[in-house]
Amino acid sequence: MEDVKISRRFFLKSSGTAAAAAGATVIPIRDANAAAAAPVGAVNLPYPKTTAIAAVKSMPLNEAVSFTYPDDSSACIAIRMGTPVPGGVGPNRDIVAYSSFCTHMGCPVSYDPANKVLKCGCHYSVFDPEHGGQMVLGQATENLPRILLEYDAKTDSVRAVGVDGLIYGRQSNIL
Amino acid sequence: MSTQINDRIALPPKNAQKTNMACHFCIVGCGYHVYKWDHNTEGGRAPDQNALGLDFRTQLPPMAVTLTRAMTNTITDKSGKKWNIMIVPDTECVVNSGLSSTRGGKMASYMYTPDGITRNRLSTPRIFKGDQWLVTGWDEALALYAGLTKKILDNDGPNGLFYDVFDHGGAGGGFENTWGTGKLIFTALKTPMVRIHNRPAYNSECHATRDMGIGELNNSYEDAQVTDCIMCVGANPYETQSNYFLNHWIPNLTGGTSDKKKKWFPGETVASAKLIVVDPRRTATVAISEQVAGKDNVLHLAINPGTDTALFNTLLTYVVAQGWIAKDFIAKHTVGFDEAVRANKMSLEEGAKITGLSVEQIKKAAEWAYKPKASGHRPRTFHAYEKGIIWGNDNYRIQSALVDLVLATQNVGRRGTGVCRLGGHQEGYARPPYPGDKLVYVDQEIIAGNGLMYTLWGTNPFQTTLNAEQHRLALRRRAQIVKDAMSRARGASVPQLVDVIYNACKYQGGLFVAAMNLYPTTIDEDCHLLFPAAHPGEMNLTSMNGERRLRLSEKFMDPPGSAKPDCLIAADIANTLKAMYQKEGNAAMAKRFEGFDWKTEEDAFNDGFRRAGRPGAGHINSQGGDTGYLATYDLLRKAGNNGVQLPIKEVKGDKLIGTEMIYADNKFDTKDGKARFLPAPWTGLPPMVEAQKAKHKFWINSGRANEVWQTAYHDQYNSFVRDRIPLAFLEMNPDDAKSLGVSAGDVVEVWNDHGSTYAMAYPINSMKSGHTFMLFGYVKGVHGDVVTPWTDRNYVPYYKGTWGSIRRVGTVDDYKRTISFKDRRFA
Repeated sequence: MEDVKISRRFFLKSSGTAAAAAGATVIPIRDANAAAAAPVGAVNLPYPKTTAIAAVKSMPLNEAVSFTYPDDSSACIAIRMGTPVPGGVGPNRDIVAYSSFCTHMGCPVSYDPANKVLKCGCHYSVFDPEHGGQMVLGQATENLPRILLEYDAKTDSVRAVGVDGLIYGRQSNIL
Repeated sequence: MSTQINDRIALPPKNAQKTNMACHFCIVGCGYHVYKWDHNTEGGRAPDQNALGLDFRTQLPPMAVTLTRAMTNTITDKSGKKWNIMIVPDTECVVNSGLSSTRGGKMASYMYTPDGITRNRLSTPRIFKGDQWLVTGWDEALALYAGLTKKILDNDGPNGLFYDVFDHGGAGGGFENTWGTGKLIFTALKTPMVRIHNRPAYNSECHATRDMGIGELNNSYEDAQVTDCIMCVGANPYETQSNYFLNHWIPNLTGGTSDKKKKWFPGETVASAKLIVVDPRRTATVAISEQVAGKDNVLHLAINPGTDTALFNTLLTYVVAQGWIAKDFIAKHTVGFDEAVRANKMSLEEGAKITGLSVEQIKKAAEWAYKPKASGHRPRTFHAYEKGIIWGNDNYRIQSALVDLVLATQNVGRRGTGVCRLGGHQEGYARPPYPGDKLVYVDQEIIAGNGLMYTLWGTNPFQTTLNAEQHRLALRRRAQIVKDAMSRARGASVPQLVDVIYNACKYQGGLFVAAMNLYPTTIDEDCHLLFPAAHPGEMNLTSMNGERRLRLSEKFMDPPGSAKPDCLIAADIANTLKAMYQKEGNAAMAKRFEGFDWKTEEDAFNDGFRRAGRPGAGHINSQGGDTGYLATYDLLRKAGNNGVQLPIKEVKGDKLIGTEMIYADNKFDTKDGKARFLPAPWTGLPPMVEAQKAKHKFWINSGRANEVWQTAYHDQYNSFVRDRIPLAFLEMNPDDAKSLGVSAGDVVEVWNDHGSTYAMAYPINSMKSGHTFMLFGYVKGVHGDVVTPWTDRNYVPYYKGTWGSIRRVGTVDDYKRTISFKDRRFA
């Protein structure tokens, strides 16, 4: 039940709309390492290395799995597409994850499993999770930020390790 | 991770310079603010530490801002000092209320940086020597350009000088620059051999409505908020006038403006607006409108291509029979009603047969748009149109048929109505009168071997003309004659080179081609001389948007290298010619080139826009009318991104007072003030077009895509656009694709009797069988190559009317791997 509470909290906070994908499986991140200050000499922001977002075998096919990264005010979506896709991880190279804040004005994108696209209900931008978050149509000027994932074969799980692209509503991905 | 940092941006500090900018691109002209600050400083994340006043210490909520990396850049000034810039939408601007489109949101990325997206900008004049482009100075470039111009003018007269010139506002336009170029070409050179922007003659896109006494931009964006019904014809505003649609149409479609309507129109029945979209293609606008307003409130009339006139005539006949017309208005303020009703007469059954619609659909449209409301009032219907009509089957005839219907139902001059083009670029026209007594189809003159010198001023007829392949072949052949002659003229002085070029043009069929532009563009393949121009932000520039809202976009940086605003390039040319004539003692000719002693673009604004209608100015066709003189740069700066709607009525204190609704007094732009109905009988497709339809299976419709601006002159260098659309896409029916052995991302050839081009297949479920839609004017894959040379009576092309065959060429693995071919509708 704790999982559900977390999910409801971030959706209320982030959207105020009904755009969250109905029936999305929600898996929160526990034990996320707190972000440390950027060390001198580093280019990369100090992204937390989370423990598992999900056990791959528990991820439903073609369905959005919600989580937060790199902190609990940044909603994200992971999808196990079912077929290998560019940037996909996991045994079938088919798991991808994106920020669920539209890069245009930050409204939450929802996953449309029939068309396999992420859609924003505010200004109707559409993004393709099977092509790196590419904008298919819309008003954004950036594709959807990719959440970089790593697959751990030992535990058959994926975890978030970084972000490619600026998350909406931030000066920096690390607050 | 990458060394190209893409997960943070610099914020403007509190003391960052802040200036106004109307978007460079589409006609809507959204208001933006430009922040500029020393690149070695930055604002903090607390709201009192950054110029945006936003708290970046925590996640911002949705709709708080539009701010992406594309909206920032680092520029370098002439002293080598670097500045950060950020260009973000203005929440106080009544046009966009803080919204940013995918085009305007890229403005900062498209300002010049020597190592950025814009690094290919022209920064010095260039001359084609031997087999390559080389830089040259302004002195040599002007001496060559003016020297050849003078030689042609002296020996052959002005008809040897051909021009293709922009006529609009925004980037590559503006009142300053239309005036500067117009004064040079029309008053000083006096040549009529001129075509305009994307058309083969110096014509308007709206001759018919103007002949009927109605200018094509006659309401305010606010009217779309309070209308009862929007009849949107041949337009796709979600993709091409995005924030007009999102900020003004959608609120009305969803009932969000009902209180305003009740207040404005007491006693009238008020409901959410209905939307009728006339378009053979199911567009993103249709799909999104259905999503937000419900299918019951959106009527998509997917007419057969080219049958708009039949639809309007059927509607006119039906509403007259029903008595849903404005009898008093027709009697008092119009002429020609009876004749038009007779000429346009078409029964529901006949109209249904021609358009492919059902009688019920046509009746439903008539009821939505024209049947009196429950309160007894005639509905306020806004007729919005764009290229489906403008580049449709006989522009003059369709527009006449539409405006006949509008006049009969008095849907002009009342708030909540209007009959307006939605527009492409912003507007910004101020020029002396065209010096010819008839229009000239310039493309055909080029093909026929006429003309000696052709200047392409901020235009690209390689990508945006009809019959483009034949035009390009002729131009290329003739330009090559000059290139060969120039490369043989080793060591020639400028006067000697002028003679060499002149002889190649005059006696060998050559054509000297010069261009003024921001980039070399595809025209550089067949050009000899390039002049570098400037765009808004690098110069002060005024334009007006689709509701005639005049704004000043303020200069905040220098153009690259020695690039200049077009008006000052025109002045340089005029002054060079004046000096040449003075030197040889020809005072009469020297006098023609007087009046260009401008130091800044403001001088050009004051000389043109602000002199229209003033004593001694001579006739000036200006969209500012006779009261343009009231608008000074100083007052426009104060008016900010809300500017003033032309024509200006008065100045109160330091505030410009404008006009929201034209024709509110029922006085139209005719001699007697009465609007004119024009007969517009349906005559079918032009024979030349019909011939292609008979031979070739596919209708090759064309138009714009949201994320591409115009010829992609900037976008072709931006991976966000280029990697998505490396080649013009061709939307097609999936079953049609299958029957051709074509799958998504395959390269296909599209051809007919007029030309051939390549495109990238993009099957879309909602595309009808036999219909395709190709991206227009793109840098790779030119739709115009397969467009017939047919035009209407004023030489307005029928770009939308071509049929072709399609064959699979092959597969590009990268396209399949990296490009999404998912539905470009919100479906």
